[in-house]
Amino acid sequence: MTGLAEERGLVEVRGLEKRFAMPSHFLSREKPVLHALNGVDAVIRRGEAFCVVGESGCGKTTLGRIVMGLTEPSNGEVHFDGSRIDDLGETRRRPFRARMQMVFQNPYASLNPRRSVFDTLAEPLRHLRPRMRRAEVREAVEAVMLAVGADPKWGRRMPHEFSGGQRQRIAIARALVTDPEFIVADEPISALDVSIQAQILNLMTKAREERGLTYLFITHDLNVVRHFGDRVAVMYLGRIVELADVVELFDRPRHPYTRLLLEAIPKLEGGSFERERQPGELPNPIKPPPGCAFAPRCPLADERCRAERPALKPAGPARVACFAVEEGRD
Amino acid sequence: MALLEVRGLEVAFPQGPRDEALALRGVDLDLDPGERLGVVGESGAGKSMLAFAILNLISEPGRIRAGSIRFDGRNLLTLPPAEIRNIRGNRIAMIFQDPMMTLNPVLTIGRQMVETLQAHRRIGWAEARKLSIERLGQVAIPTPESRFDSYPHELSGGLRQRVVIAIALLTDPEIIIADEPTTALDVTIQAEIMALILRLCRDHRVGLILITHDLGVVAEVTERLMIMYAGKVVEEGSTRQLIEHPGHPYTRGLLAALPQRVARGQTLNQIPGTMPGIADLPAGCAYHPRCERAIAGCHINIPVLEAHGSRRISCFRPLLAGAEA
Repeated sequence: MTGLAEERGLVEVRGLEKRFAMPSHFLSREKPVLHALNGVDAVIRRGEAFCVVGESGCGKTTLGRIVMGLTEPSNGEVHFDGSRIDDLGETRRRPFRARMQMVFQNPYASLNPRRSVFDTLAEPLRHLRPRMRRAEVREAVEAVMLAVGADPKWGRRMPHEFSGGQRQRIAIARALVTDPEFIVADEPISALDVSIQAQILNLMTKAREERGLTYLFITHDLNVVRHFGDRVAVMYLGRIVELADVVELFDRPRHPYTRLLLEAIPKLEGGSFERERQPGELPNPIKPPPGCAFAPRCPLADERCRAERPALKPAGPARVACFAVEEGRD
Repeated sequence: MALLEVRGLEVAFPQGPRDEALALRGVDLDLDPGERLGVVGESGAGKSMLAFAILNLISEPGRIRAGSIRFDGRNLLTLPPAEIRNIRGNRIAMIFQDPMMTLNPVLTIGRQMVETLQAHRRIGWAEARKLSIERLGQVAIPTPESRFDSYPHELSGGLRQRVVIAIALLTDPEIIIADEPTTALDVTIQAEIMALILRLCRDHRVGLILITHDLGVVAEVTERLMIMYAGKVVEEGSTRQLIEHPGHPYTRGLLAALPQRVARGQTLNQIPGTMPGIADLPAGCAYHPRCERAIAGCHINIPVLEAHGSRRISCFRPLLAGAEA
């Protein structure tokens, strides 16, 4: 694997940080700050499905939103196809908007309940391709509906008439209608039933093959990562702690947190819940510990881990932020 | 006889002025002392409805239209309310998906535990406190003495669910009904909570009805499994057997749709369509429009649960090894 500097990706994030100001106590002068992202670097290669996995509060959703320009970073840069985009104003950003689209977790919230399916799908075209003629818009909408397995007759109906799986198809159609190169999908199947999850994942795979899409796929579900992803970044408390090819990560998880995540997956063969653990909690993101954020839960943590913060460094074909791995204590 | 025995349970909801639609269409369930049973289905299959019905907690406008629920030999549906209260929350405890459905946000954890104990037996405050702290320790809550005085909002989601389990254990119940107890939690916390429930049920020989959509979780925790679809049980048998050799096409479809069941990058085996709502069930077997094995008769007749060896399947064309091509 090459270093970050030489790698050229479709999407690159450099040193991303995000701090959210939290409401302070009315008697206190202190202004608490939540550190959602603490310096994230990643290169998403053209045509790959780059997965980000982690538990709630790890910053994966914030990362996706910053890449899409829905949240402003406190620090750092986002580059798309060689151009820096995080500091662009709305007008100059517009050409990029058509090239990158997003699919959200909850298709009940992400579709406007007062807008017909046709209008939902036509809206991005009217906004981003104002010169398109009406007939062309209609044609594009019908084509994308067929592509996602939606009946073009759905066009006149309203979102509430559809099931969760059907709504997610419509949300994916909306993302595809501008013919983007890149899609951020934030937990796109987590709200759906098992039999529907497979339908939607297959649809996203098919769209990828037919259109050469690049995905930033955000999920907590490692079974889905293994199936769908090419590379995966494991996040913990606003940092990437391990970055590897998917097969490598599952065959040889290196970071103690990655191992914990893999052990925690319920398996059809059983055996994952036999060993009982003490309650493990995410540290407070307002007062993160000085050393490695995982140290309080880590079986391998020592003095150095509690005092210093490990950086993401090559470990075999992967990159890992862990002193135990670095020092061969793992 | 089983400790809990449900027969022909029907739960109905009004549809328009005269009609009713059935959310449960004749469900049978048996649970032996100390047995761990999983109930799996997609949203709307009726699995949570079953849990609420067992505790006689179906609220208006729904009603239990038919069936019996025998616990320790007595029919809960005909018992006077006072006696039901003595069973519910006492001999049968419940854990919900959201711990805040159980916990009162304005009372300390300790006060809620003491009140739970005092609601079910005569016990002094000091003794109730001692027992509560002991239970908090049993669910591995760090520094239980100080947590006794905490409010629910001071705890993380995982710790809250541990408190709920501690409360459920206070009265030494014989059965715990857990409705998606870890769905709202992160994977690593889910593993902790399920390991805890599994250990407690084994150690104290508590029966468990675990309601979930997650086949991985039931495979880890339960001995017996019931698969529900559109208000009916479609298959029931040992967890191992159902997972290794599903007999109902729907069970097989659910398992086959899991990403871990196909090679990386291959197309997932999806089940076409969606589960029908209770108001628009198709004629015949409710699964037939999605079923790859459906034949003409499946469109007309409703199959019943029939014994096939040690399991029961509700299907005209079950997948039995060697039975048909």
